[in-house]
Amino acid sequence: MSLLSVQNLNIRFSTNDGAVYAVNDVSFDIAAGQKLAIVGESGSGKSQIALSVMGLLAKNAQTSGQVMFDGHDLLTLSNTEMNKIRTREIAMIFQDPMSSLNPYMRIERQLGEIVEHHEGVRGAAQRKRVLDVMDAVQIPDAKNRLRAYPHEFSGGMRQRIVIAMALICNPRLILADEPTTALDVTVQAQIMKLLDEIQRDMGTSIVLITHDLGVVAGFCEDTLVLYGGRVMETARTEALFEAPTHPYTRGLLRAVPNITDPSETLTSIPGSPPNQMKWPEFCPFAPRCPDAIAACHTTLPVLENGRACIRSVEEIA
Amino acid sequence: MTTPLLSVRDLRVSFAAPQSKKWPWSPAKRVNAVNGVSFDLPAGKTLGVVGESGCGKSTLVRAIAGLYPPTSGDVTFDGKPVDYTNRRETNALRSRMQMIFQDPIASLNPRMNIREIVTEPLRVFRPDMTAQAQKEAVRAMLDRVGIAERNFNRYPHEFSGGQCQRIGIARALVTEPDILLCDEPVSALDVSIQAQVINILKELQKDMGLTLVFVAHDLGVVRHISDEILVMYMGGVMEHAPAADLVAAPQHPYTKALFSAVPVPDPKVTTTPEVLDGDLPSPLDLPEGCLFQSRCPRRMSRCATTRPALRHVGQSKVACLLYEPEPAAI
Repeated sequence: MSLLSVQNLNIRFSTNDGAVYAVNDVSFDIAAGQKLAIVGESGSGKSQIALSVMGLLAKNAQTSGQVMFDGHDLLTLSNTEMNKIRTREIAMIFQDPMSSLNPYMRIERQLGEIVEHHEGVRGAAQRKRVLDVMDAVQIPDAKNRLRAYPHEFSGGMRQRIVIAMALICNPRLILADEPTTALDVTVQAQIMKLLDEIQRDMGTSIVLITHDLGVVAGFCEDTLVLYGGRVMETARTEALFEAPTHPYTRGLLRAVPNITDPSETLTSIPGSPPNQMKWPEFCPFAPRCPDAIAACHTTLPVLENGRACIRSVEEIA
Repeated sequence: MTTPLLSVRDLRVSFAAPQSKKWPWSPAKRVNAVNGVSFDLPAGKTLGVVGESGCGKSTLVRAIAGLYPPTSGDVTFDGKPVDYTNRRETNALRSRMQMIFQDPIASLNPRMNIREIVTEPLRVFRPDMTAQAQKEAVRAMLDRVGIAERNFNRYPHEFSGGQCQRIGIARALVTEPDILLCDEPVSALDVSIQAQVINILKELQKDMGLTLVFVAHDLGVVRHISDEILVMYMGGVMEHAPAADLVAAPQHPYTKALFSAVPVPDPKVTTTPEVLDGDLPSPLDLPEGCLFQSRCPRRMSRCATTRPALRHVGQSKVACLLYEPEPAAI
């Protein structure tokens, strides 16, 4: 049975200029212990999916569909009920480690208040929990850094603290929203290694949201590719990189400069990302698609066998 | 050997650090952003500059463009030394040395339309051109970067990030400069758009015989566009090598660690990143010896006292004592 099941999720924002259709008809499942990557460019709706699971969407958002976790539909729960699930059952790691920590709070309090809120653990027991989780994320000299403030840490260390906050209650699912985008490559390598070890030791499921295909390749077993708020392709990561079946995935993979094999020109995807102020009546990628035919501009493809394209794999080969 | 178009010798840039409020009589400290960078760049070539955040790569190009005054060192452009204190001379230099910036939208004036933005450099540097000729040049340039003429009266906020970056390129190239300094031009763009901008830059370089200095932290991008790569750490050059050599056989321990950490977009390739321990030195108080000593996996005792100079190792130039013979014991 799957741990989290997202069914036909739609997220729409009402703005002064009209509705923005951020996420359209997205469905996926995550089993216990699974690592899933959600890949997409800016504006593809990848972060909004994570925020909707956490119940953290902006006030002008309207949702439909289901986000089933543990027999509950998270979209229908009240804020009080969600507060029992956030961090204890589902935790989130945000992109910017500095703005996800309270600058006025010492590290001990920052981590300790989570176990206090969820489990009522205080005093010496709380300090032990905090030290244990700081060890787990490999913060050196944890005992002496309990009283430090976030600004006293480097970017990589701060992201470790944010990961520690996500781990302290042993959640069953972690949503990592671009956890390494703000970090340098050498630090990124350390953080991804840490997440991998934690996942192996604790059996947590992880949803990794990123735009970096390199990070996905080394980390996740399964990948979901989003474009214009819709799922374009979903497959095992190896199969996806080996033989992408959707024109968008192909374009995306060809556009990444490969450090080991620099060819003369990069194959870029012409055009610009879609306007999401309109309800998509046809494939959102059709205007930029090299394989588009007339029917692509009139029909909305459904996700079948892990790909949303009206043309068959043989046709576009 | 032909004379290089741009030649930089021992360039240093430092900034005054905020004075300590507690001890106002203590001597003012300096933030040492660029510490003795030297390189030669022949015309028509691309120099990539890589390094982690805070390594001084942006400060380096901004100093070359004359946006920050260099503290010491010499920059020679087209055989003539550049005097950054002479405003007239620096201004004249800017028509031949242009720059594009990281944030494409913030680098365009929001109150000017696209035509005005791209015409402005011509009004400043080419007052001899007639209005008609300027208009023609602007149209040709914007056409080159793929902005349709019906959009010329629009304002920057009406364009996407990738389009704004292309407009920024048009503005930089409309005066037909010899050298284009690119400060992280594609870092803010999505992969599919990034490829468009890189391809445009490469095409224009070929057509106009441009020389590029390309700063980025994405090693894949830099490898793709550069002929030579300069690896910086704490304001110093660690390694300077032809791009292919640098990727195939990095020499400096820092370059090795940096390249091992790059994620490869291929699940079959398993990378084992070399993890760097230790803390970065403070740019306020640089170590006496090698800048990289605090994190170097191959640190030796003399690294603490001797700052290595760039020396030839094969095709590469490396600043590391591993490649310097031990001085004879006295």
